[in-house]
Amino acid sequence: MDSSQRKRGKMAAVLVDEDEEELSPDEENIISASEDEEDSDDDRKHTKLLEAISSLGGKRKRMQAERSEASLQISEFSVNADGAGEKVELSDLLGSVEKTPGAPNKTKKQLKNLQNSKETLELPLSRQQTEKIQRSVAYERSSKEVSRWESVITQNQKAEQIIFPLKQETAGPKRVEQVVAGWKAQTPLEQQIFSLLHSNHQPITDPVLTPMEEASIRAMSLEEAKIRRAELQKARALQSYYEAKARREKKIKSKKYHKVQKKAKRKEFLKQFDEMMKTDPAAALEELKKMELSRMEERMSLKHQNSGKWAKTKAIMAKYDDSARKAMQQQLELNKELTQKLIVPSDDDDEGNGDDEASALPDFVNEPESADGSVNPWMRGKLSSEGREVTADPDTTTTEEPASSQRREEEQDQEEEEEENEEEQLLRHFETKRKLRQDEEDDLVPVAQEKEDGAQEDARETARDVQEEEEEEEEEDEEEEEQEEVVSEFNALFNRLMKRTRTPTEPPPPGKASRPQEAELAHEEEGLLDEGLVRARTMEDLEALVHDGTVEETAVSVSHAASVDTASEPHSKKKKKEIDPSEVLTKDANVIKVPLAPTLVEGDEGEEEEGPSAQMSIIKEAFAGDDVISDFLKDKKKQEEAGQPKVVDLTLPGWGEWGGVGLKPSRYKRRKFRLKPPPAAPRKDQKLPAVIISEKRNSSIALHQVSQLPFPFQDSTQFETCIRSPVGQTWNTQNTVKKLTAPKVVTKLGSIIEPLKKEDLLPEEKSAGALKKRPQIVLEEKGGNAGKRGGGARRAQQQKRKKKK
Amino acid sequence: MKVKVLCRNPDDYVRETSRDIQRVPRNYDPTLHPFEVPREYTRALNATKLDRIFAKPFVASLDGHRDGVNCIAKHVKSLSTVLSGACDGQVKIWNLSRRECLRTIQAHEGFVRGICSRFCGTSFFTVGDDKTIKQWSMEAPGCGVREEPLTTILGKAVYTGIDHHQSEGTFATCGQTVDIWDEQKSSPIRSFSWGVDSFSCVRYNPVETELLASCASDRSIILYDMRESTPLKKVVMQLRSNTLCWNPMEAYNFTCANEDYNLYTYDMRRLDAPVTVHMDHVSAVLDVDYSPTGREFVSASFDKTVRIFPKHSGHSREVYHTKRMQHVICVRWSADNKYILSGSDEMNIRIWKANASEKLGVLTSREKAAIHYNQKLKEKFQHHPQVKRIARHRHLPRDIFKQKRELREMKEARRRKEQNVRKHSKPGSVPLVTEKEKHVVTVVE
Repeated sequence: MDSSQRKRGKMAAVLVDEDEEELSPDEENIISASEDEEDSDDDRKHTKLLEAISSLGGKRKRMQAERSEASLQISEFSVNADGAGEKVELSDLLGSVEKTPGAPNKTKKQLKNLQNSKETLELPLSRQQTEKIQRSVAYERSSKEVSRWESVITQNQKAEQIIFPLKQETAGPKRVEQVVAGWKAQTPLEQQIFSLLHSNHQPITDPVLTPMEEASIRAMSLEEAKIRRAELQKARALQSYYEAKARREKKIKSKKYHKVQKKAKRKEFLKQFDEMMKTDPAAALEELKKMELSRMEERMSLKHQNSGKWAKTKAIMAKYDDSARKAMQQQLELNKELTQKLIVPSDDDDEGNGDDEASALPDFVNEPESADGSVNPWMRGKLSSEGREVTADPDTTTTEEPASSQRREEEQDQEEEEEENEEEQLLRHFETKRKLRQDEEDDLVPVAQEKEDGAQEDARETARDVQEEEEEEEEEDEEEEEQEEVVSEFNALFNRLMKRTRTPTEPPPPGKASRPQEAELAHEEEGLLDEGLVRARTMEDLEALVHDGTVEETAVSVSHAASVDTASEPHSKKKKKEIDPSEVLTKDANVIKVPLAPTLVEGDEGEEEEGPSAQMSIIKEAFAGDDVISDFLKDKKKQEEAGQPKVVDLTLPGWGEWGGVGLKPSRYKRRKFRLKPPPAAPRKDQKLPAVIISEKRNSSIALHQVSQLPFPFQDSTQFETCIRSPVGQTWNTQNTVKKLTAPKVVTKLGSIIEPLKKEDLLPEEKSAGALKKRPQIVLEEKGGNAGKRGGGARRAQQQKRKKKK
Repeated sequence: MKVKVLCRNPDDYVRETSRDIQRVPRNYDPTLHPFEVPREYTRALNATKLDRIFAKPFVASLDGHRDGVNCIAKHVKSLSTVLSGACDGQVKIWNLSRRECLRTIQAHEGFVRGICSRFCGTSFFTVGDDKTIKQWSMEAPGCGVREEPLTTILGKAVYTGIDHHQSEGTFATCGQTVDIWDEQKSSPIRSFSWGVDSFSCVRYNPVETELLASCASDRSIILYDMRESTPLKKVVMQLRSNTLCWNPMEAYNFTCANEDYNLYTYDMRRLDAPVTVHMDHVSAVLDVDYSPTGREFVSASFDKTVRIFPKHSGHSREVYHTKRMQHVICVRWSADNKYILSGSDEMNIRIWKANASEKLGVLTSREKAAIHYNQKLKEKFQHHPQVKRIARHRHLPRDIFKQKRELREMKEARRRKEQNVRKHSKPGSVPLVTEKEKHVVTVVE
């Protein structure tokens, strides 16, 4: 029991006592009265009276105790129950529990065990320890929370270009509804309308999206939204084309056309029916019933009975005209067919037509999009290969079958089929793609799709060639082609979008971006500033600075330069190949032809004839003194001589013999003390008449060369390729230059860059955060996982650290 | 008769509008443009030289304080407004574009220890040596009306720092304890202490807005969560940290300015060793502030210099100093990533360019393209000795230079001694301690 509760209990007791005290005189009177009236006094009443009296006596002391501060009287540790022997014990309480039937057995057992156990409870942890535990738990939690940002941060770090401020408002004018906030519906009509709109969750202002649409847009990234929009556009366009086509077809008066179509439909239906027989007998039965009904209708009606106006005229004509007879025959046959029992389906053309249209219309346009697919599989491929086969087919059949009268009919037929095919394929394709997306797999490349497109186009064109005679249809065809073109434009748009989405996912080039920071640190002494007392304010200062620095540097770097030099001079290696001297100058040099403005304008045509020779003479005159070739040869000789090892003469005149003016050391001595070095290795340009190869290190070039492989590069070839590819406009197109020189961080002039916001977290992380609000079991599970992840990260860090060491 | 005529398609050479630049037909055949590497190298060299020649980072100096500037705060919503507090209790509000003081308030008696603006930018808070926290309106009172604080809270001890929450009406102060205040209440809603008697700085995390970090006088850095009743963790270093700053783009990284001349960047999830040690100052580092892009930070030091460090680099990329600038006490990076403000002992606030040779103002697109190209070239040829030498040359005042040399020698000597000790003792008995691990004493949970 808590001490405060205890206090309250005691107070209550005291209060009751007080009441009793006040009442007691009356009570006595009453009791005495009752005694007078009836002698049959209960023992109980008597004892009660006694109790009341006794309590009266003992109360005064307690009254005093009550007046003072309650808390002083009650010790925290020993229960100071009122009245002697009234201490409440556990057994008292438990006794009542055992008597009550409602208490479950389990608790009774537990209580018993508790009673019997002699163990003392453990001491509660000290405040320091509890705080420490609290701290570590809180720290774990917050560090986990902070780790959610990791992906965002790495993404920002690796980004090719990052533009600050991160959240930029869309440029351009805003809608009035967005700017003006304080507008309210005032007239009752307005209020009514708005209440209606509100109740249906409709957008209040016309162009604004519904909340659901907004939510779906928010769920998508910009790229995705773009793709989705394009897709919807395409679907909508297709749908409208399809509708237009249906309308057009309905208007066509040609009976032949409709006949053919009906035939095709019937065929199709039969096929379907056959299939249905196998797969779904119940539905087939239903169909059969329908057929029966239509047969009945046919039998009831006078259709196809050759009793109409048309039939009568034909009957008159039939004597003379073969075709009329044929037509009548056909009519009768048709009747027979239709009234035949079973199997052959009816053909109520108009209804069937409408039905088909409805069923063929793509319904996915209105289907909700699942936002989870990150990459739109739309773009991954195009029409399936079956589609191509179908479209290619008509081509072959037309060429193979030369039959004259049926041919046109058939062609028409095929053409219709084909037209249908193409669109339906596209639509079907949409659907398959949709399914694909849901699976979110498959990696078809849009290239294949383009090929297919081409094939289709061909097929269409050949088909069109055949049916050129029918003018009206041709017109329609053209229309259709236009539409087709629009569709293909959409395709192109997709491809472009697709490419754009692909590029960022490509692995970054093996350059600085992907390097770990740790390695960078290893080379941080590279980043040291050269701080000195010299101020460099002009170009001359800077020049001087360079020379100061490099003189020192060369002294240092010469030692290891030789080894690295080969790396930094890739071109010198190529020269080392042996070349036959006779072949050296046989081939003309690659002459660069540059259109030059004429530098010399000659006045006379006569002189123009002897132009070359005159020019030669002029040149000769100008360079009369120069003999370039012999100069070169001299140079080479000099170099060769300089390269020859020299004889060292160590003779000391006058040592061991007479010396003086005019005296030479003896021949013996000269021979003995002249050291002849071994002959030098053959020169590399020995066999090359027009080349001087010098193997000395040229210090003037060395000033500009990198002596050590810089940090992010792993071998010299990497570095060289990096240096060798030019960036400037002289060598690259404008777009390439723009791309190459794009700065990594772009800030907008005069705009405040806010720190990251919680909304910037990726949606998946948000959902992870939402998970936390679920029941505890889930939370623990998650916590365990996250802990493991954190551990992994730490391990990775440790490994990194080891590497650094 | 057939007449042959030279004919050109006007599309190839006619501009679309008269404002368009002239079309230059180009032939990109590489044989026509030889020596690409040497040519680009020369361009890079020239770009580097020009970069150094035009490196004039000092923009302006704001004078008007009558004592050393002790603290600076940026206005949250306005780029051109800056608040500063001086050692004589004066607070000034400056307009940077006009370079003049808009308002002067005698806010406290004694130092103004800390200043911060509210997240909405309508008011700001100051704490001072007179044990008060005062909230002031950002707008000046009418003519002839005395400057009065909106609210004043009288505390029991001196407050040494203050920072405001990013988006809520709470702020944190530090002094003998770290207190979290509700703006509506006159007593702290939470107060943290962990066996430390005084704190020098407290900062909110701008990203994870419930987290705080503080520098304590017992050489420790303590992390807090505003929602918890206890602090989270503390790391004790060899010397005291003066201030710290959270990276505004990385929720878990912060950098602290230490008395041992270095700055340390920590990951709050792994406090046992700093991520990076930033060295270059030759005296205690007094203040640090991150650039709003989170890529760099600026530090102010007692050695009278301001240095800019890339966040991952161990050494500074830039050092700013002038003859008259004394000990730099506070420094801030402007919210548009373009300028740096430094307040120093000799009563001035200086405005520096964050990028020393940057051309200010609006650039034409061709200028921009040229700058980007030059930048790229400099980056491409940065390892070539001449480019490197020029790009890295900086002038230093003599005494700082000497001090630096001295420090280098000391460090070298220490290193040599350690090597020798290791050489002459039992292998393994003198372990190698990395520079990062050296400065952390313990992590207390």
